[in-house]
Amino acid sequence: MLIIKNLHAGIEGKQILKGLNLTVNAGEVHAIMGPNGAGKSSLASVLAGRENYEVTEGEVSFQGKDLLDMNPETRAREGLFLAFQYPIEIPGVSNINFLKTALGEIRAYKNLPPLDAKEFLALSREKQKLVEFDAKLVNRSLNEGFSGGEKKRNEIFQLAMLEPSLSILDETDSGLDIDALRIVSKGVNKLRSEKNAFIIITHYQRLLEYIVPDFVHVLANGRIVKSGTKELALELEEKGYDWLKEEKEQEATII
Amino acid sequence: MGNDNEIIDNIANKEYEFGFVTDIEMDVAPAGLNEDTIRYISAKKNEPEWLLEWRLKGLQAFRKQQLPTWQNFEMPEIDFQKISYYAAPKSKPKYDSLDQVDPELLATFEKLGIPLNEQKALAGVAVDVVFDSVSVTTTYKEKLKELGIIFCSFGEAVKEHPELVKKYVGSVVPHSDNIFAALNAAAFSDGSFVYIPKGVRCPMELSTYFRINTENTGQFERTLIIADEGSYVSYLEGCTAPMRDENQLHAAVVELIALGNAEIKYSTVQNWYPGDKDGKGGIYNFVTKRGICKGENSKISWTQVETGSSITWKYPSVILQGDNSTGEFYSVAVTRNKQIADTGTKMYHIGRNTRSRIISKGISAGEGQNSYRGLVQVGPKADSARNFTQCDSLLIGDRCGAHTFPYIESKNNTATVEHEATTSKIGEDQIFYLNQRGIDSEKAVALIINGYAKEVLNQLPMEFAVEAQKLLSITLEGSVG
Repeated sequence: MLIIKNLHAGIEGKQILKGLNLTVNAGEVHAIMGPNGAGKSSLASVLAGRENYEVTEGEVSFQGKDLLDMNPETRAREGLFLAFQYPIEIPGVSNINFLKTALGEIRAYKNLPPLDAKEFLALSREKQKLVEFDAKLVNRSLNEGFSGGEKKRNEIFQLAMLEPSLSILDETDSGLDIDALRIVSKGVNKLRSEKNAFIIITHYQRLLEYIVPDFVHVLANGRIVKSGTKELALELEEKGYDWLKEEKEQEATII
Repeated sequence: MGNDNEIIDNIANKEYEFGFVTDIEMDVAPAGLNEDTIRYISAKKNEPEWLLEWRLKGLQAFRKQQLPTWQNFEMPEIDFQKISYYAAPKSKPKYDSLDQVDPELLATFEKLGIPLNEQKALAGVAVDVVFDSVSVTTTYKEKLKELGIIFCSFGEAVKEHPELVKKYVGSVVPHSDNIFAALNAAAFSDGSFVYIPKGVRCPMELSTYFRINTENTGQFERTLIIADEGSYVSYLEGCTAPMRDENQLHAAVVELIALGNAEIKYSTVQNWYPGDKDGKGGIYNFVTKRGICKGENSKISWTQVETGSSITWKYPSVILQGDNSTGEFYSVAVTRNKQIADTGTKMYHIGRNTRSRIISKGISAGEGQNSYRGLVQVGPKADSARNFTQCDSLLIGDRCGAHTFPYIESKNNTATVEHEATTSKIGEDQIFYLNQRGIDSEKAVALIINGYAKEVLNQLPMEFAVEAQKLLSITLEGSVG
């Protein structure tokens, strides 16, 4: 589904990703962990097409197409979804209207007719229930005045509505209390299928107790320095990231 | 950022879509402003002596007044002697049906998308079209007549209801109010007149489309709306003007009078030619609009969506004289390229327990300058008066400006006056967030702008709201709107 090869990218002339490789197949959940400043969120931004990032080298193929060649909205329409670390507030634009517009655009791209009002509402209700999203928030202005937890849960609700093939969760667990974390994780687990894939960016192992990944990668200094299974996350939790710095010199495990 | 800029530039460079000149024979008065001109206009219109006298008083006031200096823009030079003060289509101005109207005129309206047709009328809109100063055709007057509602051109009202005109004209905006109001009193060409009798709820939105068409002809309409006790009326005013190289002065006067328990809702969508991208040409929209809540429990509500004109300068105001009366002002003003808007409202609380609500949303793009100027005045007798003001500014790009000048004067310590203000920028991150959900930048900007202006757009009658929403999107296309 996603193949990243030798990706170099930076912002304002500063190199952040320095030859990153990663392959994600349908049905897989990959966790990306790493110390602060390793480039985790930059990776998410580059994949989503944030303008101020500049790709200097490497290639990214998404479902057989050149991802880097697409503008951000085309990437979204092709099925790439980013759950933002800091979801944006847009006053006066109702959550539901926004979702209707977004879904309409994505469906139009796929040559599907727009859902009529009734179908759309039915879908919205179904997904609210699935991810336990508060109906009251559906009609409020997009993220305006939402608590941190509500914003993150709204990201998962949007994910459920738009049904992307690849979802990138950028530190979705940050700022969540344990109950919210459980609800968000439950939602993601319900949305997991053979057809879609997830990249979960997190600083802590805690989230991975709820969303069990198939693979865990450690990102440090702009590259993936170690990959393994869920046990790697536990090891990181125990030892921290410092021990990797010594190992890094060996450039051992790059997928 | 590149993408953002591109959008902004697109908006900034968008050509005015409604620029064209209709070729119809006009009857134009010689340029210049003096007693002879005033007498010429008055004679042309077969006006009674008292009105001529009133015009001449206006002329005197005009001569005594100076141009204001307090506004937040550089006053353009206006040569009042070069303006022609009267222009009317030469062909017979009155028609019984649309078939008799000059086809070219109809084609103009067609181009503007002015729905001057039976369907529109059936949809509940009576249209009084003012085409360069003289009312050309009025639809649905008959139906309104049955209810005793008078909806006609100002000139017609002078002839047929002189007692009403005489009683109320100049009663809210005196002939000496300000230099432009004085100019209008002296030289007003035509306009609309509405009277709603006691206890009548006007069953349809009354609508007038103004249009400026002859080069070098300032347009000086006068609108007078009287809502008698317990009545209700909603009035819509919408305008577009053809492309022009020379600036045109537009100095209208609107007076609203709401008697006891009456309500007047006045909505404006203003889309006159804003000038080219360097600010050349374009309309000077210097309008005096004021209403008085004369009776108890009366209400006047102004809603405006201002996207056109090179300079928009007006403060639709309400004098809250009757106890428990309410004044409202809802405004969206958009400036782009080199457009200027200095607009807001004045709420004069005179009666007890009077309330006012001000919601102002300014949007600036390109090098546009947007000023909110508002006065809330509470008099000594206005016990328990309440005001709420919210004044928001939205900036698109980094070359535009937003300014806020709130004035609050209270002489009554039981009054409650609240003022809230915000300034925000359409953020790159907002656009990116919407992009990431599959929405392109242009649509994203439209969503954000319409969300921002929603509180005001919601005040417009349904049909108008949709048009206004489209207008905002088109106006700011590519930038943030």
